[in-house]
Amino acid sequence: MDLLRFITAGSVDDGKSTLIGRLLYDSKSILADQLEAIERQTKNKANGDIDLALLTDGLRAEREQGITIDVAYKYFSTPRRKFIIADAPGHIQYTRNMVTGASNSELIIILIDARQGVVEQTRRHSIIASLLRIPHVVVAINKMDLAGYSADVYNNIVIDYAQIAEKLGLKDVTYIPISALDGDNIVEASGNMPWYQGRPLLEHLEQIEVSQDVNHDLGRFPVQYVIRPQTEALHDYRGYAGKIVSGVYRRGDKVTVLPAGIESTISRIEHNLQDVEEAWAPQSVVLHLADDVDVSRGNLIVPSQQLPQVSNEVTVLMCWMDSKPLLTGNKYQLQLNSTRVRAVVKEIAYKIDVNTLDNTAFDGSVKLNEVVKAVIRTATPLAYDSYAALRANGGAILIDETSNVTVGACMIQ
Amino acid sequence: MSRYYSDYLDQLESEAIHIMREVAGQFERPALLFSGGKDSITLVYLALKAFRPGPFPFPLVHIDTGHNFPEALQFRDELAQRIGERLIVRQVADTIQRQHLTEPKGKFASRNALQTYTLLETIEEFEFDCCIGGARRDEEKARAKERVFSVRNEFGEWDPKSQRPELWSTYNGKIQKGENVRVFPISNWTELDVWNYIRRENIPLPSIYFSHEREVLVHEDQLIAVSDFIQLEPTDVIETRKVRYRTVGDMTCTAAVESQASTLDEVVNEIIATRISERGETRIDDRVTEAAMEDRKKNGYF
Ligand SMILES: Nc1nc2c(ncn2[C@@H]2O[C@H](COP(=O)(O)OP(=O)(O)O)[C@@H](O)[C@H]2O)c(=O)[nH]1
Repeated sequence: MDLLRFITAGSVDDGKSTLIGRLLYDSKSILADQLEAIERQTKNKANGDIDLALLTDGLRAEREQGITIDVAYKYFSTPRRKFIIADAPGHIQYTRNMVTGASNSELIIILIDARQGVVEQTRRHSIIASLLRIPHVVVAINKMDLAGYSADVYNNIVIDYAQIAEKLGLKDVTYIPISALDGDNIVEASGNMPWYQGRPLLEHLEQIEVSQDVNHDLGRFPVQYVIRPQTEALHDYRGYAGKIVSGVYRRGDKVTVLPAGIESTISRIEHNLQDVEEAWAPQSVVLHLADDVDVSRGNLIVPSQQLPQVSNEVTVLMCWMDSKPLLTGNKYQLQLNSTRVRAVVKEIAYKIDVNTLDNTAFDGSVKLNEVVKAVIRTATPLAYDSYAALRANGGAILIDETSNVTVGACMIQ
Repeated sequence: MSRYYSDYLDQLESEAIHIMREVAGQFERPALLFSGGKDSITLVYLALKAFRPGPFPFPLVHIDTGHNFPEALQFRDELAQRIGERLIVRQVADTIQRQHLTEPKGKFASRNALQTYTLLETIEEFEFDCCIGGARRDEEKARAKERVFSVRNEFGEWDPKSQRPELWSTYNGKIQKGENVRVFPISNWTELDVWNYIRRENIPLPSIYFSHEREVLVHEDQLIAVSDFIQLEPTDVIETRKVRYRTVGDMTCTAAVESQASTLDEVVNEIIATRISERGETRIDDRVTEAAMEDRKKNGYF
């Protein structure tokens, strides 16, 4: 049994909450007392059956406003897979929440209301999926019951969306006509749409190949913590604790410690408190080096044959996440995995319209939810990869030095 | 299947270890909140994997309501002893005295809400800047939006409206003086994941998790252990039943389930078959209102 993390996106009322509720319900992840609580609440509402959408509504304030405003995580599993759903709001004023949810997702379900077809939101959600490099896309064409289960309606939406996918370079796109409310093509193939030959949604989620999404070619090991017992018996023990974010490490590998560029050899690998010959992403391990070199938290240990970029200056696509605007020249900290360096936003090349992907001129300030292309200078060199090539070592956050808040999500180019 | 395969428990385990090591790397004075329950025992087990052969970079801290199961307390002490780590225990009863707090009244009077005060006192006493806890997002709706690194103000309050965005697996633990971060390494685990992991790794648990005979008060379908901490009335129905616990909280507010399961395998199989969620079945105080948890969290509860 493996693990798939996905995000759901749609405009308000496209049926996102209903769909998530349906997945949880049909996979029997909703337990008796939770169901009872929902039944109690549903009575106050007009529409007969239990309201599956209630399962995913989180905090009270949001319940009162009747909309989801933060990323909520939901869990369900089938015998084949455990699923983690990031349920993020779709409205433009919550772009940052969607970016957050998308950052950890391997798949996105983009909901389209069959009666509306592709709308502005669809385009924006797809743009975010491409910016965040979500490897797999499912376009779920919902409310087919209200569109007469029509193959034509479905086909037209597929044709429209294919143009977006093409333009954005989204590679793995699957289209599924569904009714979240009635359960058509969710667990079982829908009898109402015999013309659809593909898999129902849940089967697709269970079977889509995701093991390729973890990179096992480029070794990247950010050091989190140095283990030094300093006891009599373990006097010389010095282990570098961290998680292999990508690639494979073997005992005897020649490695380079970045950013300093010191070379050594892996003399020992511990995984689960045992010595192993090799270890791979995403395992948390302890590495030992043959030489007595200076390694500390924030350093990156990489196979010497697979060096990343090392530079004081990075160009990024950045989503601004703070209510205070970004000011060029302000000091920030840039955190890439366990590395944190002082940084300054040197230059903003242009803004990117998340509804159209068009570039617009930088007009002096960058506001919440805006995406820009910027150049960031760091006080010490950063060992990074381009986000497009290696998600695991190309996504960084920008932290405001005075408020300590995470203010930007950077995809390094 | 790829040669470099990791199953879902491997992935959850590695994520939790990574989070703990981020705590070690980012904070000056962290602590691990230990209750003696299965979730915090799992945390201790994960910490062994994260830091051995070195010492833990944090003490274990137990906020003792005074209403704990004796089996859990004994297990707690033995565990700390066996792994040779520092255990700090602070009593809710002391805080009640010192701060002239009012104890809740009633049949199943629970000190759960008062734990918050002792926790905040303890944080202040030791100047902890981070507390690792065993909460999971699947436990309750309000938790579904909690961050892995959850920043609290000096009153321990969680403001769901102004949470930091948390991207990739990059955790921002930077805080001002007086602030404090709660960190939840097993956020993404479900109850069943925890049990499956305990079974896979064969992690020892206190005996109350397994079937045993116990005198219980039968109250509205719930079985409450008879103890000095609840008030019995002549009309109460007391029976001896074979029970086990799914969570270990206060004796006053944790209900038992009837069970014959005496091995980990049997316990896990029973849990798979159960159609009642963990909180609904075993935490009496959550039934009060839908938003009970949310209110308590805003007030600085774990
Ligand atoms: N007829 C029909 N109605 C649906 C379907 N899916 C959702 N709805 C309804 O559309 C409305 C909005 O759904 P909801 O899940 O709350 O949308 P959200 O805002 O995207 O989370 C609700 O009244 C749902 O019952 C569907 O497949 N068919």
